[in-house]
Amino acid sequence: MKVRVTISLKNGVLDPQGRAIHHAIEGLGHHGVKDVRAGKVIELEVDETVSDEALDDMARQLLANTVIENYRIERVPA
Amino acid sequence: MSGFRSAVITFPGSNCDRDMADALEKVSGTAPHRVWHGDAQLPEGLDFIALPGGFSYGDYLRSGAMAARSPIMRAVVEAAGRGVPVLGVCNGFQVLTEAGLLPGALMRNAGIRFVCREVALTVENSQSLFTAGYARGQRIVIPVAHHDGNYFADEATLDRLEGEGRVAFRYAEPVNGSARDIAGVLNEAGNVLGMMPHPERMIEAAHGGTDGRALFESAVKGLVGA
Repeated sequence: MKVRVTISLKNGVLDPQGRAIHHAIEGLGHHGVKDVRAGKVIELEVDETVSDEALDDMARQLLANTVIENYRIERVPA
Repeated sequence: MSGFRSAVITFPGSNCDRDMADALEKVSGTAPHRVWHGDAQLPEGLDFIALPGGFSYGDYLRSGAMAARSPIMRAVVEAAGRGVPVLGVCNGFQVLTEAGLLPGALMRNAGIRFVCREVALTVENSQSLFTAGYARGQRIVIPVAHHDGNYFADEATLDRLEGEGRVAFRYAEPVNGSARDIAGVLNEAGNVLGMMPHPERMIEAAHGGTDGRALFESAVKGLVGA
């Protein structure tokens, strides 16, 4: 099954990339965008037997750096 | 000053490992062991371990993230725990934070751009193994070359680092947006130093300066005697 791990910067952590994207959006002439935060999505294809605990370990130990990032794990229905 | 047993770890994508090995050999008189990331063990009886700059694993996931989980890092973490001095420069600093040997994280430079130039630093702690050859408050010039050098830690961690004298070097000019202009930090025991600037690129006159040399001299002198 597919598991999606969404990684985002914690609140209060400056996001220079998000800011640059924001400026670029405005440069295209779009208005009304108040803030942009860039993150990443990592998709895993796993056996049904892989536990939530194991997925959490993977996210905490490697996929996210919890000093600066939050993560959210979702099992994606086929 | 023979008998200084050091090791330089090379990860796939390291590119300052040769400069680091050269600096260690020139200052100590003994060529370091060259250790590959896939090795499970370090040479016996090491006095000093260096993690060089570069772009290990192409900076995949996060700078230093993959290298920090490579086989040799288990041995480096274990050696650091026994008190073996570990120096991480640039990507090596990123690896040390990712491996949990140093607090905080190194994020994308606040100005987005890669910064590659000589910068002025202030020596904040001249009592450590690595910095005893400098005077507190001394201004030195060392090059930086990085994209992810923006040091981040929460306020409580920053206060603790400052209170415990663990900020080794501070930028004396704006460079990358680092919290409190931190350029290098020590671990609690003082045997692990991570820094973004490259002291190994400033050890002889032909480099345009020698301000990095005292770091290696301090370590060699402190470990095997003058």
